[in-house]
Amino acid sequence: MLRRSHYMALGAVALVILVILNLPAQSASRLKLAIGSLFLPLFGLATSGQQAAERAADTLTPRSQLVRENEQLRRENAQLRLHAVQSAEIFRENARLRQLLGWQQKQPWKLKLAHVVLRDPANWWRTRQIDLGSRDGIRPDLPILSPEGYLIGRVGAVSLTHSQIVLLGDPTCRVAALVENEARDTGMIGVAGPFDGSLVEMSFLPPNAVLKPGQNVSTSGLGSIFPKGIPIGKVVDFRPVEYGLSMQARVKLGANLSSLEEVWVLFP
Amino acid sequence: MIALNTVLILLAAFLGAFWQSAFQGIYRLLGAQIDLLPALIVYASLSSGLPTITLTALLGGLFVDSLSANPLGVSVLPLLIVGLVFYSKRDLILRDQLFAQCVLGFIASAVVPALTVLLILTKGHSPLLGWGSLWQWTVMSAAGAVATPVWFGLFGLFDRALNYSRSAETTFRPDREIRRGRR
Repeated sequence: MLRRSHYMALGAVALVILVILNLPAQSASRLKLAIGSLFLPLFGLATSGQQAAERAADTLTPRSQLVRENEQLRRENAQLRLHAVQSAEIFRENARLRQLLGWQQKQPWKLKLAHVVLRDPANWWRTRQIDLGSRDGIRPDLPILSPEGYLIGRVGAVSLTHSQIVLLGDPTCRVAALVENEARDTGMIGVAGPFDGSLVEMSFLPPNAVLKPGQNVSTSGLGSIFPKGIPIGKVVDFRPVEYGLSMQARVKLGANLSSLEEVWVLFP
Repeated sequence: MIALNTVLILLAAFLGAFWQSAFQGIYRLLGAQIDLLPALIVYASLSSGLPTITLTALLGGLFVDSLSANPLGVSVLPLLIVGLVFYSKRDLILRDQLFAQCVLGFIASAVVPALTVLLILTKGHSPLLGWGSLWQWTVMSAAGAVATPVWFGLFGLFDRALNYSRSAETTFRPDREIRRGRR
């Protein structure tokens, strides 16, 4: 049986925890960041360890493979330059037409590359930590893209040197999205299953939505956090829900969330 | 030396919390992240006093929550409850037996996440739960069963390296020495 001293210890800690759990959101967030900053030396150690391992792996890579990869990258670079020239021409044409129609000019996105340094230790959240913080201009709710340009989430809490990103499928990350069909049906990307993070639910689609597996899904721009037109993934299947009042689709995400190493932070 | 043991346990909690966030190999392999703190609290409850258990639960829980999207402090109470229950029954537990360590680690690693999720739900948050969570729960419990003897072994090593070793008792007793010769 527990003795008096045990009850006192339990009571004291319970009291402390009750106080912490009931702190105002801002104070709790500050306290969390303060405790999290104790890990900063380990962040540095982990990063340098990873770099050392990469360097070691580079030295072990055979020269012939490096030459082959270099050649392939050169070819890819030349193709991408060509695409960039074409895109710049299209961008200029788009701007000219917008001016003729009197539409507002679209600003090109500014992107910043970040490294994923930690994943959430709990299985019931889908968050990561990146190595950019408020000193790099990061602020909450900025969209996060995969290296291939797919939407993967948004910025959550921000500290001076690091930030937490909330991935798609987490209960706290919901995105207004549209299916790229003729009707441009809109819905909302919600939660994923706890096991397979590559499939997310798209809810609140109109009951007469014309959906087909393989249709692209992208951000709709509604809700003001995510700019319009960021690709998210493809429709896998769909079914009517709430007695046929709306449709729900399962969307296969374009980005692989389980092996994220680098991400783009988008400054719209 | 008791203080050193407490410091080592707290250091292990700190490094364990970081490791389970930084090392993603097990998650990629099994689809579930393991938790090392329940196994550590089992070790603390069977080998240390009440202040060490309380500190381990408090700081360990705060360390994990600071790296997670959990509300801050939500992991502390489950760890402390498990630690106190084992501490109160530790005279009856064969703590040196591998089987006992595995069973206790399994129980602790099953109870702590369940209580944590219960607290999160009570707080009004909606964590990601589904049928896949059962698999994750099983993996966490099994990993706890493996991690507990590892913690015992590791701290046993530290104990042998840093503490004075017990002097072996000799069979010689001066009061029973046979005196020879005449006085």
